[in-house]
Amino acid sequence: MTTPSTRRRLAYGRWTPFWFLAPAVLALFLIGIWPTLFALVTSLRRYNITRPRDGFPFIGLDNYVQVLTDPTFWDTLGRTAGFFLVVMPIQVALGLAIALMLHRPGLGMLRSLARVSLVVPLATTYAVVGLLGRLIFNRDFGVANALIGLFGFPPIDWLGNPTGAFVAICVMDIWQWTPFCALIFLSGLSMVPVDIEEAARLETPSKWALFWQVQRPYLLPGFTAMLILRSADVLKLFDMVFTMTRGGPGAATELISIYIQRVGFRVFDMGLASAQALLLLVITVVLARVYIRFFYREIEA
Amino acid sequence: MNPRSRGQILHALGLIAVLVFTIFPFFWMVSSSFKTQADLLASPPVWLFRPTLANYADVFADQKVIDAVLNSLIVALGSTGLSVILGTPAAFALARYEFRGKSDLWFWFISNRFISPIVLALPIYLLGLQLRILDTHLVLILVYVTFILPIVIWISTDQFRSIPRELEEAARLEGASQFDIFRRIYLPLGLPGIAVSAIFGFIFSWNELLYALVLTRRAVQTAPVVATSFMSGYELPWGKIMATGTVIVLPVTIFALLVSRHMVRGLTMGATK
Repeated sequence: MTTPSTRRRLAYGRWTPFWFLAPAVLALFLIGIWPTLFALVTSLRRYNITRPRDGFPFIGLDNYVQVLTDPTFWDTLGRTAGFFLVVMPIQVALGLAIALMLHRPGLGMLRSLARVSLVVPLATTYAVVGLLGRLIFNRDFGVANALIGLFGFPPIDWLGNPTGAFVAICVMDIWQWTPFCALIFLSGLSMVPVDIEEAARLETPSKWALFWQVQRPYLLPGFTAMLILRSADVLKLFDMVFTMTRGGPGAATELISIYIQRVGFRVFDMGLASAQALLLLVITVVLARVYIRFFYREIEA
Repeated sequence: MNPRSRGQILHALGLIAVLVFTIFPFFWMVSSSFKTQADLLASPPVWLFRPTLANYADVFADQKVIDAVLNSLIVALGSTGLSVILGTPAAFALARYEFRGKSDLWFWFISNRFISPIVLALPIYLLGLQLRILDTHLVLILVYVTFILPIVIWISTDQFRSIPRELEEAARLEGASQFDIFRRIYLPLGLPGIAVSAIFGFIFSWNELLYALVLTRRAVQTAPVVATSFMSGYELPWGKIMATGTVIVLPVTIFALLVSRHMVRGLTMGATK
């Protein structure tokens, strides 16, 4: 608590923080909270903007009932979870392997080159990653088929069949986001105090013991951050999949954000789409809360 | 061969594999942008070919692409600038003051990082329709502030906290106001962090597709939207698409290399450094 004497020492009034915060709070309120409230109202209406003559009557929780009983909604959520469960372990494993290689002493030049190159996938415009995916996985002239041809496999119509398309979007996501995991693991590895690591290296020849006993504890916070952020990002994932497959063929790659976009902007059922979006928001806010619990404890206190 | 040098060779091979993995798709995009349509459609794909600049000539002669790049630039600079103006005072308050509700406010700022764009795209589309601001730079600039502002606030708060409080003592004794302290001490000393957050803001807004796709029609289509729009018709102009892709990706890649040391910090909102 601030007593009058400490306030004089700090030389600011009660309202000073308010003035500094007001612009940002006001802006985020107008472009974040107000639209969210508007979506809440919309979700309680029948709101198909291609049929304005019907008006936009309030229908209570009908949209929510429809979403929760809509098998397609659950299918897309399940598919999104499946996508996460496929890409995440691969990104973690590859990311860890890359981080350990980058952390290992020696080969300075090559090592820093490889480290810097990790930034390239992360910076690539997500939509362009999707366009590139369409070229790479083209049935007739894609380099993916040329690659599997080297091992004697016949060409595959990747984007023309459900499994192939799903694999293809996974591959592009793994390419783009493995560096993220690698960089987080690498920063964890560099937190290990040098003398402790040196001593451990002298004491045991086993790389595994070094990793499990000494390095692992330093990797865990980053690992948790990665899990939460990646799951939020997969729920957000739109650009790459949209430009690569538009959710097709059929609904094979229709992840949650793609589905809501289709209901809202291709079917134009804004009421239903708003209800879906708000349910997605609830999941996201829970994730964010967990994330902040883990990582900003000193601010919460 | 002794095990030490064998280990080193394996290490080198591993690092080369990492390089190939990260660079290959990028390389493929750039090399495809120099291919003729015949070379692009060759099966199996050709690795050695006579490069052509025709695709780039095509791209730079296309007013739509030029306009789109300009639109992207306006929107990215506008939203980043606005976020810095709004975000740095807020970061100053979070770094320097204690007040009730601070942790809730902090949570709210940061949680914007997690929200799927589709959640806001729907109501903002409907509101924009009513306010007649769809298909303007303004609507995109405002929307992009929702995800750039949290990054600016996070990184700047972190930076401001590291500025020793003693530095403001002298100014305070001279009777400087809090705003003077912010402007004359914190802003200049926090500039490195603010710059990093601005570069992140620029990259994220430059790369954004979903909002740009649904909130614009013709006038302010951004570069990713135009690149996507080439993907229709029977025979796709792959060379032009890849040249456009290269034009879009190259500037942000350079920016990203500038902040590569801070990449993790920016992407995790500081959970790991």
